[in-house]
Amino acid sequence: MTEYQTNQPSDAETVQDTVWVQEVAFIDSVPRWIAMTFVFVTFIGTWQFVTSFGFVSPIILPTPMETLKDVLFVGQNLLTAGYMLEPLWITMKEVFYGFALAILIGFSFGVLVGETAFGEKAVMPYLVAIDTMPKVAFAPLFVAWLGFGIESKVALAAFIATFPIVVGTAAGLHAADENARMLFKTMGASRMQTLIKMKLPTGLPQIFTGIKIGAVGVMAGAITGEFLGGGKGFGELIRVAASQLNTPRVFSLILYLSLIGLALYVIVQWTQRKVVFWQQETVGSHNA
Amino acid sequence: MNTAVAHDYSGAPLGAPVYELTKVSKTYARNRVIALEDVSLTLRKGSFTSIIGSSGCGKSTLLKIMAGLIPPTRGRVILQHQPVTGPRRDIGMMFQQATLFPWKTAVENIVLPIEIRDGKAAARKAMDKAHELLDIVGLKGFENVYPNELSGGMAQRASICRMLITEPAVLLLDEPFSALDELSRDMMNMELQRICREQDATAFLVTHSIQEAVILSDDIIVMKPRPGRIAEIVTVDLPRPRTLDMMTTPKFGEIVDHIRGMLDKGEDM
Repeated sequence: MTEYQTNQPSDAETVQDTVWVQEVAFIDSVPRWIAMTFVFVTFIGTWQFVTSFGFVSPIILPTPMETLKDVLFVGQNLLTAGYMLEPLWITMKEVFYGFALAILIGFSFGVLVGETAFGEKAVMPYLVAIDTMPKVAFAPLFVAWLGFGIESKVALAAFIATFPIVVGTAAGLHAADENARMLFKTMGASRMQTLIKMKLPTGLPQIFTGIKIGAVGVMAGAITGEFLGGGKGFGELIRVAASQLNTPRVFSLILYLSLIGLALYVIVQWTQRKVVFWQQETVGSHNA
Repeated sequence: MNTAVAHDYSGAPLGAPVYELTKVSKTYARNRVIALEDVSLTLRKGSFTSIIGSSGCGKSTLLKIMAGLIPPTRGRVILQHQPVTGPRRDIGMMFQQATLFPWKTAVENIVLPIEIRDGKAAARKAMDKAHELLDIVGLKGFENVYPNELSGGMAQRASICRMLITEPAVLLLDEPFSALDELSRDMMNMELQRICREQDATAFLVTHSIQEAVILSDDIIVMKPRPGRIAEIVTVDLPRPRTLDMMTTPKFGEIVDHIRGMLDKGEDM
């Protein structure tokens, strides 16, 4: 007489008796786009509410409609090659050169610090020290050294964006595990081979994370540079609009700037997917 | 191993000595810690030797010395009449993790040792051989698959191929299947035996599993810790080829018990 007791319900009746039903959290049952639309509508609604009922002066905060009108106006100006296109072009150039410079310098220093004992021991402490400084404070120096032209903005943008790339590269070079190192040793690989064929590819996800953080910094650097060092870029347009209390214009200029920033980020993200094709999509890989 | 002696007990009398260690010692931290003391052993052509012992008995140190990754403090290490003074192409090595590189396909991973030593052109030429090896380990059709699409067992099969591509004289196996589940592990061990016999390979296995050591080996080196040294070399005279049901024979049980007894004694010291 060996009857095994199991946890499984023995017949249909028991199943019907089940009282404990798994509850699904409400937010899990809502599609993402609906949740996002909800936030957007709430935001615009609140905005509309506080402006149209006179809680806030229109100089401080224009209504959503005014802002939208100006966004369209600026968009039209840009599309018809109006006077704002040239500043946009200048800022984009600053961002591009600054970013390229940051990648070049950041990667080189990252390899120096991540690969050589000298770099790690002697150079890294200085990099950390400089990194903790408020880099924006260097803007007047760059202007003094490089003038009011695009160069000083490129320098500040690159300066800000370089450090995350250094850190990302150095961390990436340390990402290879002991087995991989040992394997390359047993294969008689030279230091250069180990670096190029193993450590760098292994570290690419971290390197890209650094580049993505740098992409955000490079925008901030270029605009700050324009605020503090004059020039003819988009930052200057914002400054002028703000001084004229043209708040809708400031808002729409910021919007277009953030579109550039977003585009930059998307380009890096896309490149990462193509280059680091083996990397699994994780939440952390999007925003480091 | 030719078929004429395949039914024979395949212990020591098989082949000529391939790998010889004489009085190898290793001390760390300015001679304070003795990791290995006077280890002497000989691996013969086509033999399978396992090394077993509690942690801290110097197994990994010994393996690293044999692989040419670290130098011994004293002693002679001779592989195929040449002293080992660094990593060599006639040493093949395999680790607990498959360590395949995710940016290379299975076959590209396998020819990597050739690529490192002889360049890309040689690696391309070795592709045919890599395909053959994949066929041997039962991975035909997975040549151009990336490692993250392979299961743990399949990845270890591929890493066997990578070890074999340079036709090494000795295979150093550092707990190669210990990360796999027990079923795949038994299967992989039988695979390993088959491959070693087909390639007439000389194998040296580090393991924590007494059963694994007994089912695979001709000789089992039992190590004692502090300082790491050889306690006994047990010869396993079970016939070849070994099968998994041999694990239930009295003879198998006897050897396992004997080794377990030795290891327990080692713990007390």
